[in-house]
Amino acid sequence: MHLHKYEKIWLVFGVGSLIFFLLILGFGAFWLGTHPQSHGVTIDPNNLEAHEAFEPENLGVTKVADDEYIVNIVASAFNYDLGTDEEGTPVKNIRIPKGSTVLFQVASPDVVHGFNVAGTNVNMMVEPGYISSIETVLDNVGEYTIVCNEYCGVGHHQMFASLEVYE
Amino acid sequence: MSEKLQIAKPESRLYMSFLYVAFISLFIGGLMGLLQTLVRSGEFTMPWGVDYYQILTLHGVILGLVLTTYFIIGFQYSLMGKTVGISFKQRKMAWIGFWVMVIGTIMTAITILLGKASVLYTFYAPLQAHPVFYIGLAFVIIGSWIAAFVNFRQLYVWKQKHPNEKSPLLAFMVVINMIMWVIASLGVAVAVVVQFIPWSLGYAETINVLISRTLFWYFGHPLVYFWLLPAYMAWYAIIPKIIGGKIFSDSLARIAFILLLFFSIPVGFHHQLTEPGIDPIWKFVQVVLTFMVVIPSLMTAFSIFATFEITGRRKGFRGLFGWFKHLPWKDVRFLAPVIGMLAFIPGGAGGIINASHQMNAVVHNTIWVTGHFHITAATTVVLTFFGITYWLVPHLTGRKLTKSINRLGIIQSIFWAVGMTIMSGAMHIEGLLGAPRRSSFSTYGGTEQASEWIGYQMAQAIGGSILFIGILLMVYIFIKLTFFAPKGNEEFPIAEEEENAEQTPKWLENWKLWIAITIALILFAYTIPFVDIIQNSPPGSPAFDWPIGNS
Ligand SMILES: [Cu+2]
Repeated sequence: MHLHKYEKIWLVFGVGSLIFFLLILGFGAFWLGTHPQSHGVTIDPNNLEAHEAFEPENLGVTKVADDEYIVNIVASAFNYDLGTDEEGTPVKNIRIPKGSTVLFQVASPDVVHGFNVAGTNVNMMVEPGYISSIETVLDNVGEYTIVCNEYCGVGHHQMFASLEVYE
Repeated sequence: MSEKLQIAKPESRLYMSFLYVAFISLFIGGLMGLLQTLVRSGEFTMPWGVDYYQILTLHGVILGLVLTTYFIIGFQYSLMGKTVGISFKQRKMAWIGFWVMVIGTIMTAITILLGKASVLYTFYAPLQAHPVFYIGLAFVIIGSWIAAFVNFRQLYVWKQKHPNEKSPLLAFMVVINMIMWVIASLGVAVAVVVQFIPWSLGYAETINVLISRTLFWYFGHPLVYFWLLPAYMAWYAIIPKIIGGKIFSDSLARIAFILLLFFSIPVGFHHQLTEPGIDPIWKFVQVVLTFMVVIPSLMTAFSIFATFEITGRRKGFRGLFGWFKHLPWKDVRFLAPVIGMLAFIPGGAGGIINASHQMNAVVHNTIWVTGHFHITAATTVVLTFFGITYWLVPHLTGRKLTKSINRLGIIQSIFWAVGMTIMSGAMHIEGLLGAPRRSSFSTYGGTEQASEWIGYQMAQAIGGSILFIGILLMVYIFIKLTFFAPKGNEEFPIAEEEENAEQTPKWLENWKLWIAITIALILFAYTIPFVDIIQNSPPGSPAFDWPIGNS
């Protein structure tokens, strides 16, 4: 079958760019290890507390070493549970110093939620039965809104928290 | 090309019935879209206690599933009727399919209107709608399968009567699209029938959330190609005739469609890239398979612009771009789809970002995604459908596309282009700033970021209002072309091959081979991760109906 000369050039150029592009994606994924979150760690959604990370006293920010933090969150309709402060009021704003390595771990006891630290790559689906986790370095100072970006019911837009990265 | 068949009255009544439903849907769904942009601007609240998510569900289901499916089936029937014919028996079956779909649509729509199914068009478990919602959806799918099998039968009968002839190009394309549709919708049908219906009726206590999502996206990705392929049919085989040209290459068009069949099905994981339970290696494999659709897309772009140039030069317009200036810009049958084609350039680029393994994390579930499918589906596809409407409806109703309707159509297309540029542009930028999709108005506790988003939401309301004017114009044009335009004959424009065109190779019609390759690709892309999902599955989820106010 006949292919027009210009079409051949067009296709060779196009397919070549495609291969080049996929090689870059593959390089990022397999050499630099920047896969999207996919841990396959399961949990019983009816009993999150059986897992150490989601015991009430372990929710919210925990410092594990210098410049290393873990943030455990229970996402439920329509709230992010980040534990309570000394007075017993629910935490809605967390603070972490700039340059820290942070591991976010989120689980849901009910429906599917989103967990997005707006404007960053921390963006995960949170599904009943799985622990969603991502590790990141917080390099930029600022106040970030944490939003539920997957529809979880009529109060979905009321589900948020905030993260402050300070100097 | 074979002889063109006349469309008889009872036939056109069938095709028009699908278009009626499509245009009623356009009006209702468009109104819901307008209301959403208004609510989200923060300046407007829904009256009578109607919930934002209820109108969002209606908007998504009515435009994403009802408008598209009905328009496509009606259009494809007319293509089949024109190129290979439809028998009395086939027409009867087609009517049965139509009514099954209508019953399903009404069931689903009523449940949504009663506020019992505010689950959005993705109906993610374990949010639980009223069982009638799922049963209605099952009927819509079954009705569309009847349409698919009527189409298969039409081509089969024609081939029996015309041994050793190649099938008409448009009939070939319709059959490819419907094979894809049947294979793809099997996924959602299994999810609905095996998982959702028994669970919502209380026969199953729990549901496996990840399996339902995987089945949904196995369908949800090819779904967008099911919308796009009819637009491609018009671009390949109808637009050339409108501009007074010929088909660039019959065999290349067929190869592009076969490649689209292969590569639009076996990939849904790129919609699930940020999910916790799927192995990253398989996500990557599906990302690679996803990008293979770039190849037939490049072929399509080349063919279309080649046709434009060849036609213009043949008419004697010289210079590097002389042929471009002299395209029939004042013919709405040309202008509307071409604006759609142009929208597909940024649309396709955005799609590459969405499907990219890591870049996806920046935009996943932000309103960028909404902006993306409003320039692909709601502009590229819908404007092409409008372009088809301008000649198909008068052809079917025995009327004329008059000068004044043509002019109104041009105004309509411009409204659409402007409204969509404002709305979708604002959505893209707002999404990059992190704003979520599918959310009602919220100040998110008054953070600085959230206050930045509101300005873009205002812009979306402006764009949405312009688009709604476009919808009113289009519905008016449809009614005018159906009932009031002057009687006459409007051409059914099907382009022909070049006189000295090369023979299309016989092997292109090896249906069994194409279906076998498609199934092999699906098995490759899904078997191992699917077994993995089942073996590694957590306890199932009970029903949650209170978050959507359905308890
Ligand atoms: Cu939520």
